[in-house]
Amino acid sequence: MQRPAIEPTTPWQKSPRRFGTYLLMTVLALFSLFPIVFMLVTALKADEAQILREMSTFAAFLPTGELSLQNFHDVFARVPFAQYLINSVVIALAIVLFGLVVNSLIAYALARMQFRGQKLLLAIIIALIIIPFQAVAVPLLLIVNQLPWFDGRMTWLDSYHVQIIPFIADAFSIFLFYQFFLNIPKDIEEAALVDGASRFRMYAQIIVPLSRPVFATVAILQFLTHWGDFLWPLMVVRNPAVRPLTVGMQAFFGQMPRQWGDIMAFATMVTLPVLFIFLLFQKWFVQSVASSGVKG
Amino acid sequence: MSIAKSPQAQPKARPHTPILSWKRREQRVAWAFVAPALLLLSIFLIAPFGLAFYLSLTDQRLVPNLNLPTRFVGFKHYLAMWQDATFVRALLNNFLFVLIVVPVQTSFALFLAVLVNQKLKAINFFRTIYFIPVVTMMAIVAVVWTFLYNPDQGIINSFIQTISFGQLGPYRWLEDPKLAFPAIMLMSIWQGVGFQMVIYLAGLQEIPGELYEAAQLDGANGWQQFRFVTLPQLRNTSVFVVISTTIMAFKLFDQVEIMTKGGPNDATVTAMLHIVNSGFRTQKVGYASALSVVFFVIVLLISLGQRMVNRPER
Repeated sequence: MQRPAIEPTTPWQKSPRRFGTYLLMTVLALFSLFPIVFMLVTALKADEAQILREMSTFAAFLPTGELSLQNFHDVFARVPFAQYLINSVVIALAIVLFGLVVNSLIAYALARMQFRGQKLLLAIIIALIIIPFQAVAVPLLLIVNQLPWFDGRMTWLDSYHVQIIPFIADAFSIFLFYQFFLNIPKDIEEAALVDGASRFRMYAQIIVPLSRPVFATVAILQFLTHWGDFLWPLMVVRNPAVRPLTVGMQAFFGQMPRQWGDIMAFATMVTLPVLFIFLLFQKWFVQSVASSGVKG
Repeated sequence: MSIAKSPQAQPKARPHTPILSWKRREQRVAWAFVAPALLLLSIFLIAPFGLAFYLSLTDQRLVPNLNLPTRFVGFKHYLAMWQDATFVRALLNNFLFVLIVVPVQTSFALFLAVLVNQKLKAINFFRTIYFIPVVTMMAIVAVVWTFLYNPDQGIINSFIQTISFGQLGPYRWLEDPKLAFPAIMLMSIWQGVGFQMVIYLAGLQEIPGELYEAAQLDGANGWQQFRFVTLPQLRNTSVFVVISTTIMAFKLFDQVEIMTKGGPNDATVTAMLHIVNSGFRTQKVGYASALSVVFFVIVLLISLGQRMVNRPER
């Protein structure tokens, strides 16, 4: 980061000041992390009585007493956790992957091709960004409740596809692709046009390879949104076989009496994989979030 | 097979010129590219959106009852909702959430962004840590914080008791009508602030360094540089952050559903929770659609507000 700092940028900053900055940043880091540390540590404590005893003390953040993976075993014994995990992964990945193709194709047509109704279509897509999913959830429930599927069922409820298909096309993703494609120089495609390349080849072999950053941005933003989907599956899914982690977490949380050790083990197993992926692809995550702000 | 460019590529004369056929072909291909997304948006966004307006004028139920056919009821729901104490409370709660969370979270995010925009060792480490709550699922966050907010011996109670030397607490956070909503606000800020921080950080890094050099030459101190260079330069970023946080505040649902279900005594009910309860749990789709329309109008007004505030800059 070659940018100057906001605070006075004098290179001879006095060390007490720097110490103060680090102290402040550390306190804030503790604020950011304490619930997560608490979750991880509690998940490892097999003795529920110990968890309740220590919950009001500093020991709640320390791996004290007997540590084991018993809580994790209990989660697998009590609920189909692996099934929930697979469901969430399948649903989020399907939304992201199908979405990348569908949304980038329409954006390519809008940015590069000439066809009747193009301007109107672009205006409609931009207007659609404003409609929040929440405002259409109830009527959409009525629609998917009566849609036929290939297996002969006359409803989409309790399925994977009801959690995937409504979210594939996304106006904001289209807009991000569209803006990015506009900024790619046209010369390369013009050369390809002279060589007789089809539009689909130009899209697949020129535009897509040049657009990796925006593909990553859209993929990450869509993943962050839909990995945590809760409202919609709550409405359309009853069957544990297609239930995602969010609804699984709520159901598990609602089982009385609450076993906090097990609950935290559940929460840990949901959080750690994403945390790990985030740490690996941190730069991409941060860039995606930052570029979501260029809207408006 | 693909677009024929030169006449040599087409041995036989065609009824229309190559240019025209290329244009036609381009039209067809373009619509083929457009079709999948447009179809999906039509079925799953535009149709239910239109349906919401229509249903809001009927007494449609989720599962149709053959003995009670759906009737047209005009604007009945739009009048009735203002007599619905839970809905009015829900809207007030959403506005209260905006009123408190938006300024607090926005300024906290800006503060964090300025803090981690310094050239210091291990600064990336702190950036990462502040962002971690954002990648934690809200359903998980809500469950973990419920334990932290435990009414008797939760860690938050014991922290407050310790720093106040036993003067304050213990509180029954999520069971106390006065404290339940603030408790949810605090947790939401904890989870969301990292997202806004990153947007602000991007905004900060766009500010040209010369502006600070000029300000320093004029003898501006750190605060003056922040006040007269940083803040004005971040204007559009701030508008975006404020508006997106406001809209997010209106969508508030997951935390409330998991932690309190809107209780105690509707203290934490929100517009979305009430829409789901009316349309899904008590199956009054017509009424819930009317609520959805009002919800949409509010979000629309906020978004239009953003466009108007942003315009002078562009």
